Amino acid sequence: MDAITGAWDWLGSAANWAGEDGVWHRLGQHLQLSVVCLVISCLLALPVAVYLGHLGKGGALAVNLANIGRAVPTFAVLVLLTLSPLGKAGDWPTIVALVLFAVPPLLTNAYVGMREADRDVVEAARGMGMSGSQLLFRVELPLAYPLIMTGLRSASVQVVATVTLAALAGGGGLGRIITAGFGNYDTPQVVAGAVLVAGLALLVEAVLVVAERLCDPSRGRRRRARVGIRGGDAPAAGGSAARGVRAR
Amino acid sequence: MSTYPSTALSQAAGPRNCLQANDWICGEYIRSRGQELVDATVQHVWITAASVAVGLLIAFPLALLARQRRGAAGPVLGLTTLLYTIPSLAMFALLTPVFGVSAAVVVTGLVLYSLTILVRNILAGLQAVPEEVREAARGMGYGPLRLLFQVELPLALPALMAGLRIATVSTVAMTTIGAVVGFGGLGNLIDSGMQGFFKAEVLTASVLCVLLALVADLLLVGLQRALTPWTRAGRAGAGRPGAGGKGTGRTRRYGRERKAVA
Repeated sequence: MDAITGAWDWLGSAANWAGEDGVWHRLGQHLQLSVVCLVISCLLALPVAVYLGHLGKGGALAVNLANIGRAVPTFAVLVLLTLSPLGKAGDWPTIVALVLFAVPPLLTNAYVGMREADRDVVEAARGMGMSGSQLLFRVELPLAYPLIMTGLRSASVQVVATVTLAALAGGGGLGRIITAGFGNYDTPQVVAGAVLVAGLALLVEAVLVVAERLCDPSRGRRRRARVGIRGGDAPAAGGSAARGVRAR
Repeated sequence: MSTYPSTALSQAAGPRNCLQANDWICGEYIRSRGQELVDATVQHVWITAASVAVGLLIAFPLALLARQRRGAAGPVLGLTTLLYTIPSLAMFALLTPVFGVSAAVVVTGLVLYSLTILVRNILAGLQAVPEEVREAARGMGYGPLRLLFQVELPLALPALMAGLRIATVSTVAMTTIGAVVGFGGLGNLIDSGMQGFFKAEVLTASVLCVLLALVADLLLVGLQRALTPWTRAGRAGAGRPGAGGKGTGRTRRYGRERKAVA
């Protein structure tokens, strides 16, 4: 329990928050790296996933990418890139490793979201004479929104969590407080750093959940639809029965 | 940073070999440090296996609890998801005061991560068992335990195995972070290779790590095939006349296949 009171004292000391190795500086590095990685990953993954989902091609690619992403240790990629010629280019090894890490969940979720947009609705929209781009922006994207956002959220949280590993390879970010603590056998600092990193990850998760709700394009509509079903006379089974008829 | 392999130089045998040149790929390294590679791989395998096994032992009752009581499902799923959000470096750091610097830190951290995936998949598998099947088994006099282990669990096995595969593969990858407390298996070699700027050590260990994940995944696919022979019986039986007559679905499939052949 000494470690916990020690960590509390460490966090309470103003000296640990200021300066090059201070919390504020490391937090800034951490957030900056995370945002850069996420923006690059989104720019790479989302257009490809949405386009492939719209066309209905590339499912195997999405699944395989997700599996490869899981099997490759980010730490190994980070170290390999640091030892490569890219290692002399500052933060770029970290950014490249994290982009490689963040693209699979983004791509897979966005692709699946596009594919799982209710086919009947898409067909109906096509029957109404919507063009490809109208279909994409007015029907498929709003329907795919929840899953795309889930992918974005899990990618963001993973990136914020994984930027920590940059510290192992000599990069910046909050992880440096933990590795420095390990280096000095300073357990209170290790625990304090861990609390900061875990807190930041949880905070980012919470902020993104709220942002996802607020930005939902069909927020009002979805709620109204739900109220309508609950308030109406039609029992819940009515919906599934109708679907059954349609399926046949 | 300088670019000479400090550890490699002292052990280099011949003049001007790949160790001295610090090549990425180096047979000499594998030959001279084979034992180190084997030790690290063994450590990697047992840390992964222990983590996944303990994770499975904890996840199964948790999934049962979440299924039995509606009130428990929210907290169980929420808590395991929350744990997954905590960065691995922070997780290992937070566990160090509890266990000291030991393998238990790494195994505990990895167990906590595997719970998210395992609980969700086991729960989904159990919930997908059709109610009629459950009723039929109860009607045949199956008690709750026999129902669980002889009917529900086999039917939930594909979902469980899918979760187990994901958990295993990501655990193999995450074990490398254990290097921060010295119990990272192949991660230890990656770490020491980075300190000494020794390229062959880093690349060899990284490749071995990915191979390990691949082999583990293949083994689990094999295990799943061995444990669920009935999923193949339908397909194999469809080709044989008479074997497909058990259910209407199979007869229909058999008919369609015969038509396709003709």
